[in-house]
Amino acid sequence: MPKAIREVYGTVLAELGDINEDIVVLDADLSGSTKSAIFGKAHPERFFNMGIAEQNMVATAAGMSTVGKIPFVNTFTVFLTSLGLLSARDQICYANLNVKFGGAYCGMSDALDGASHHATEDIAIMRALPNMKVIVPSDAASTRWATKYAVDNYGPMYLRLSRDVYPDLYTEETRFELGKGAVVREGSDVTVIACGLLVHKAMEAAEALAGKGVSVRVVDMYSIKPIDRELIIKCARETGAIVCAEEHNIFGGLGSAVSEVLAYEGCGVPTEFVGIQDTFTESAPYNELLAKYGVDADGVIAGVEKVLKRKK
Amino acid sequence: MALTAERIAELNELCRRFRIDVLTAIHAPKSGHPGGSLSVCEILTYLYQEHMNLDANKADDPDRDRLVLSKGHAAPMLYRNLAEKGFFPVEEMSTLRRMGGLAGHPNMHTPGVEMPGGPLGQGFPAAQGMAMALKLNKSPAKVYAILGDGELDEGVIWETAMSAAKFKLDNLIAIVDYNKVQLDGTTDEVMPLGDLAGKWEAFGWTVLECDGHDIEALDFCVSVADAAVGAPTVIIANTIKGKGVSFMEGKNAWHGKAIDDESFAKAMEELGGEVNA
Ligand SMILES: Cc1ncc(C[n+]2csc(CCOP(=O)(O)OP(=O)(O)O)c2C)c(N)n1
Ligand SMILES: [Mg+2]
Repeated sequence: MPKAIREVYGTVLAELGDINEDIVVLDADLSGSTKSAIFGKAHPERFFNMGIAEQNMVATAAGMSTVGKIPFVNTFTVFLTSLGLLSARDQICYANLNVKFGGAYCGMSDALDGASHHATEDIAIMRALPNMKVIVPSDAASTRWATKYAVDNYGPMYLRLSRDVYPDLYTEETRFELGKGAVVREGSDVTVIACGLLVHKAMEAAEALAGKGVSVRVVDMYSIKPIDRELIIKCARETGAIVCAEEHNIFGGLGSAVSEVLAYEGCGVPTEFVGIQDTFTESAPYNELLAKYGVDADGVIAGVEKVLKRKK
Repeated sequence: MALTAERIAELNELCRRFRIDVLTAIHAPKSGHPGGSLSVCEILTYLYQEHMNLDANKADDPDRDRLVLSKGHAAPMLYRNLAEKGFFPVEEMSTLRRMGGLAGHPNMHTPGVEMPGGPLGQGFPAAQGMAMALKLNKSPAKVYAILGDGELDEGVIWETAMSAAKFKLDNLIAIVDYNKVQLDGTTDEVMPLGDLAGKWEAFGWTVLECDGHDIEALDFCVSVADAAVGAPTVIIANTIKGKGVSFMEGKNAWHGKAIDDESFAKAMEELGGEVNA
């Protein structure tokens, strides 16, 4: 059975800690949830539970990085990108420090805790910070790559991680690259550009739509910043319609990042935005939330159908 | 006036029933926070059912007392108290964490809630703001801020401690649910609080300490706090996380754990509740 994304992250981090002594891991009293505790167990001397003090944690990491450490800061996505934001902006990104952000419960994956615990604006926040790189893994292999990439490459980096299990999409042999997206399903009528959970929902949608004679290309845009401009342009030219799909507010996230490229390049095509429609969410089981807020396969299908009607 | 023995017994009986109802509500969706809901039971029940000037029929009375549950994850115990006060039917407890139902953390869709909760630390300064504005309005209302001990790790708690003393907020009463346990472990393991009373004192607060499960002691401390002049008061209420269910007591594992059927049955047996809910 595939492991939850947070579990993969914690396990890989602990393994990387075996070979890289500079990795230090900080958490804010959620290490059992974020799975940074796996690192903590393996390397207790390099693990720091800062208490429920996110600002303290992130700014401490900023300081540690100046002494040559590679700090990973961990807590629920929503608190990391709100309480942790000041240091992220004014210390870590401004000074281009080597701090890595593990946002553990992205989107609505902390479903039952409700809107206060859902992170639906984190991509927008983090990608607006100069020097910050934004990666959204979509399965275990991409999570492994992203975590290792963060260790091996200098600079502020944000990993958007899920509480949940994602099915496997890639193999251990798959090569990932910062600034690249992956075509995970070929198609010619429309491209769904998705990230994280929505890549899987898009695959489901594509399968269902194939039965109706619609050929859907699916792109996993796991690197949101920098983003794969060439691939976006290529998809717009070749399929003539785009659906952006993300477990995030439709404002400021992947959809916005893709639109910026299309607008700049002057190759805009009809585009639909599958995501949370600028609203607060609520407490309920995860699948019910995904359905209600239109971020499941049906949501992607609806987006595709709408965009195809508008396609010239 | 001191509470009568009968009234104390009534409130204790309410607490027993609330514990049953709250665990029942958390058990159903297999999600929620038993430990911190149980530890804060007497504190909330005393304030809502005995002490506060609050009437669901005059819910927007500008002079009503306010309570901000800064440790918002104990929402189920807040909801049970609000239901008892008549803000909504008790039956709504069964909608906890379900679509369209009571939220995992308090929000303004629920009548009687004064401020959304969830992110620890933030409720306290919001309560302070209420106290400052009520003072401007010359209102006699009091503001009670309920804090977790792990929550005290947040820097903003101490920012508020400093400013509330500066502004002489004698209408602000902080109650710390001092159960000595947070999420990853005990407060000593995660972030030692040291001389907690001394810390508050150093910030200019009047400090009272009591057994947070003893209604009579709570009544005494809250009454003293209400009469404060010129400085805010904190009540350090010594409690037990998971209080009332032996196997949950003092265990961080029961902070935010789904209650499995077997544990639920055992808990109901200890509290004298029904399992078939
Ligand atoms: C800003 C913020 N950080 C982290 C959390 C996650 N969290 C919820 S409850 C909790 C532990 C709270 O411990 P304590 O304040 O002692 O509460 P109690 O023991 O009364 O349940 C944590 C870390 C949160 N809700 N808000
Ligand atoms: Mg506690």
